[in-house]
Amino acid sequence: MQWHSVGEFLAMGGYALYVWGSVGVCALALIVEPWALRRKHRRLLRSLRRRGATAGARASAVAVEVTR
Amino acid sequence: MTASWRFFRFASPATFYPLAGRLQPLFMSLAVVLAAAGLWIGFMVAPTDAQQGEGYRIIFVHVPASWMAMFIYCVMALWAAAGLAFNARLASMMASALAPTGALFAFLSLWTGALWGQPMWGTWWVWDARLTSTLILLFLYVGFMALQAAIDDPRRADKAGAILALVGVVNVPIIYFSVQWWSTLHQGASVSMTKAPSMAATMLVAMLLMVLAFWMYSIAVAMARVRNIILERERQAEWVRHAVA
Amino acid sequence: MRTVLIALRRDLLLAGRRRSEVLTALLFFVVVVSLFPIGVGPERALLRRIGPGVLWVAALLATLLGLPRLFAADHADGTLEQMALSPQPFALQVMGKLAAHWLLCGLPLVVLAPVLGLLFGLSADALLVLTLSLLIGTPLLSLIGAIGAALTLGVRGGGVLLSLLVLPLFIPALVFGAGSVDAQAAGLGVQGHLSVLGAMLALAAFFAPWATTVSLRIAME
Repeated sequence: MQWHSVGEFLAMGGYALYVWGSVGVCALALIVEPWALRRKHRRLLRSLRRRGATAGARASAVAVEVTR
Repeated sequence: MTASWRFFRFASPATFYPLAGRLQPLFMSLAVVLAAAGLWIGFMVAPTDAQQGEGYRIIFVHVPASWMAMFIYCVMALWAAAGLAFNARLASMMASALAPTGALFAFLSLWTGALWGQPMWGTWWVWDARLTSTLILLFLYVGFMALQAAIDDPRRADKAGAILALVGVVNVPIIYFSVQWWSTLHQGASVSMTKAPSMAATMLVAMLLMVLAFWMYSIAVAMARVRNIILERERQAEWVRHAVA
Repeated sequence: MRTVLIALRRDLLLAGRRRSEVLTALLFFVVVVSLFPIGVGPERALLRRIGPGVLWVAALLATLLGLPRLFAADHADGTLEQMALSPQPFALQVMGKLAAHWLLCGLPLVVLAPVLGLLFGLSADALLVLTLSLLIGTPLLSLIGAIGAALTLGVRGGGVLLSLLVLPLFIPALVFGAGSVDAQAAGLGVQGHLSVLGAMLALAAFFAPWATTVSLRIAME
């Protein structure tokens, strides 16, 4: 290990802005992307379940009509 | 049943959906482990560079991002071609699933490239061959996504996107060659900001691990996105009703 | 071959009745080229440096302007479908249309460019190379652009989307086209650049009509 302190590690020999600006933005992007996808997934499931529920209700209402 | 028949079983969205759901966390875990290892070696073990100081460490994200941007475009074009040739919806959905991630990596490549260029060369943008080609690659990705977004009919969007991706993938080497030529013509062979420092073994290992990490990440994210696409496009199907309950 | 000529003649006739459209694109070319000296200042040396690049970029944009017109009218009144269904090979009819498009949009640019090149103080040799590069380059642009026009046929936001799709693909032509004039100015041989441009044209002439036809079928189904 070549860093003698946490401060030295964070300073990156003066290049802190550039190194952490790069690594940071990458990390951010690669966290936000899966998170956004998971959020979209949950929203899709919610809307499909809601539609499935009403379709089911409608289907059973139709079935009731038919059998009457 | 032969093995190939069993493979084609997964060509239907209905059977692929649960498989993708199982693969996604697997690949994401692989990505995290590989990234941890790569970043550890890259930031803790690899030595300081003689010329670029600590600033060179940006390559541990810049180079993997660049490679993935290029690699994903090729894979995307392959899936799109398969979708066109075999009239397979799922293959086209995979192509559409890959595009945004590829575009993101192209953007990250440019971003990290700029942050690397500023301390080394004093400008936020250098019109060198690699960066310029990556910029054009980003345009190709955005064009693909914009075309698919603009066409309402999903099958037409699939096929039109496929033609565009194929035209693009044929053009990528031509564009790269042209830009390379243009770059040497105007700047001479001296300035190449993406010329990595002569690499110690640890640096190479770290970079390789990061490339693999980004690769596993891309697969994981593609699995997640294709599941969303499947749900949207197949929402009328019976199996979807059962899958979401 | 007859099929190609028939389609070519038809498009030329139709364009003859709508001359204003063709002239608009040419006027656009002239205006855009004229904007640059106004924008960067009239210093002769500077204009001589940027002249080839400016003329080439303006040629790209002027070509782009003419592309939506390639298939839109025929698609709107159903002629395109008739062409696809007819016994004549669709690809040949498309080639005829592409040839007409170049004669109407590309060739005038080739003729105008040396005249406009004088505005930038380009030498006679430079003008010659410029004209040659555009002579080889403009058909290449028409061929590549046609694929984009076919893909975006009838699509929302077609014109802007077309630009986004096609301009990146134009870049190799731009590099070697403008580069050839720069090479001449630097005293290097232009043959290399023009040969590459010619090779790209040959490649495009082979693949683009086919890709365009496939894209049109996709757009019309």
